[in-house]
Amino acid sequence: MMLTPESLAQIDREVAKYPADQKRSAVMSALRIAQVEKGWLSSDTIKFVAEYLGIAPMAAHEVATFYNMYDRAPVGKYKITVCTNLPCALSGGVDAGEYLQKKLGIHFNETTADGKFTLKEGECMGACGYAPVLLVNNHTMCNHMTPDAIDRKLAELN
Amino acid sequence: MTVYVKGVVFDGVDFDDPNSWNIDAYIQRGGYAALKKIIAEGITQDAIIAELKTSSLRGRGGAGFPTGLKWSFMPRSFPGQKYLVCNTDEGEPGTFKDLDIIVNNPHALIEGMIIGGYAMGITVGYNYIHGEVFEAYERFEAALEEARRAGFLGDNILGSEFCFQLHAHHGYGAYICGEETALLESLEGKKGQPRFKPPFPASYGLYGKPTTINNTETFASVPYIVREGGQKFLELGKPNNGGTKLFSISGHVNRPGNYEIPLGTPFADLLEMAGGMRGGKKIKAVIPGGSSAPVLPGHIMMETTMDYDAIAKAGSMLGSGAVIVMDETVCMVKALRRLSYFYYEESCGQCTPCREGTGWLYRVVDRIERGLGRPEDLDLLESVGKNIAGRTICALGDAAVMPVQGMLKHFRDEFLHHIEHKKCLVPGF
Repeated sequence: MMLTPESLAQIDREVAKYPADQKRSAVMSALRIAQVEKGWLSSDTIKFVAEYLGIAPMAAHEVATFYNMYDRAPVGKYKITVCTNLPCALSGGVDAGEYLQKKLGIHFNETTADGKFTLKEGECMGACGYAPVLLVNNHTMCNHMTPDAIDRKLAELN
Repeated sequence: MTVYVKGVVFDGVDFDDPNSWNIDAYIQRGGYAALKKIIAEGITQDAIIAELKTSSLRGRGGAGFPTGLKWSFMPRSFPGQKYLVCNTDEGEPGTFKDLDIIVNNPHALIEGMIIGGYAMGITVGYNYIHGEVFEAYERFEAALEEARRAGFLGDNILGSEFCFQLHAHHGYGAYICGEETALLESLEGKKGQPRFKPPFPASYGLYGKPTTINNTETFASVPYIVREGGQKFLELGKPNNGGTKLFSISGHVNRPGNYEIPLGTPFADLLEMAGGMRGGKKIKAVIPGGSSAPVLPGHIMMETTMDYDAIAKAGSMLGSGAVIVMDETVCMVKALRRLSYFYYEESCGQCTPCREGTGWLYRVVDRIERGLGRPEDLDLLESVGKNIAGRTICALGDAAVMPVQGMLKHFRDEFLHHIEHKKCLVPGF
């Protein structure tokens, strides 16, 4: 479950931020980098990251299961997370979630048959003023996602 | 869209200019002048901390603790490594101000942290950034690189003896890491589970070393105070509530966004700046300080000013300055159900009262919302709340209880109506 030299170089840059005897601090970033490369975090990938950092596999596993942006099971090519918390819900967040379910023909926590889209319901992303808000593959925030904007986004991803 | 009005953090930022965040634009609007002044004039650590105390700057993350006092707790003469940490893990529903700071004016934060390092004799700092805002994390990394190249960060800053290294740490989705000791655990590469206090971070923080943690907006206010003086900052606000503050307004207003205004501004004025109520509807309720703050009826808010003391007097808290506005169509049971689910989902699971109690709160509110509520459920909610509040390591338990208590205090009738008639008193969300 080796990672590419590019991913390892990125992990090395993260490791360099912390004291030499505190490589464990880089585990969150290392798992993020591994997930971007592999699409999700298998037990083997987590074990590899742990060994690369010289920490116990369980220490990396704990982190991978505690933070909710790590995917411990395969997801579609595009994971779309919709915020439905109160501030977003007051400005169309719940509607955006319902529209996406209808449009993709799946419920939350499901993946389309072609493996393209996974839909998730998320908690506060810290962007309530831009509601409705979606996150694509954890890293790309999309603001003001009205039905029209969702249509455009899905067409672009497709 | 951010709507800047008037304040020290966004002073001079041009939100329409895509380059306004960078170091050249920041320097052009007076940026890094405070740091240069400190180095050139050899301003002492004590003088900086005294200036902060004069300014009455209070922690902008939610607790409102006096910043000058916090900085004075750092044992400056401690011989080993000490750390400075910024909390940009902004995940309190309703709050989105720190995101705008690191995207639109990251150097104000960087300069504030460098000054903090100088004032407390600290040489290494970390900025912990909320997981969901990866693009903002990348922006902050780019700003750090600019500051290093310009000689503001690194060894022998501006030719002096002072050295300060600053790095960004990216979270990956856990509300609890906004709690300062959970944040430290997370920075150490562990699960974000809060630590017992005491010992406080000032004596036992990151890697067990003395650590000072402040919020993004707090640090970003520091350059202005050093440049213009604490007295001038204080006078922008009101006594004991110095300066200007960012308010994140969301919900049923015409122009949601961040408004930086003097502390002590009437809520009615702030609502008007935000374009008033959407669709001309009547204001019903406001959560004035992020989802953990007790809700207040609209008519009380319309007579309140936006500062720590006035909001506390009205029965809630200013918190992070996240103002969630709800109009007359909102069903308060449904609103509370959404908030209670959040705390249930985000409890770290360490303390039994919170781990189990947040589930109880959610399930009871949920059954009331679904028309399955029982007459004794309101007493049950209060009893569960009493068994959580004050019985946990960190404040997440209390934060889960406060919205419930606020709702039952001011909107009890709606909950009773739900239980009795199995449906909403009001039609909308």
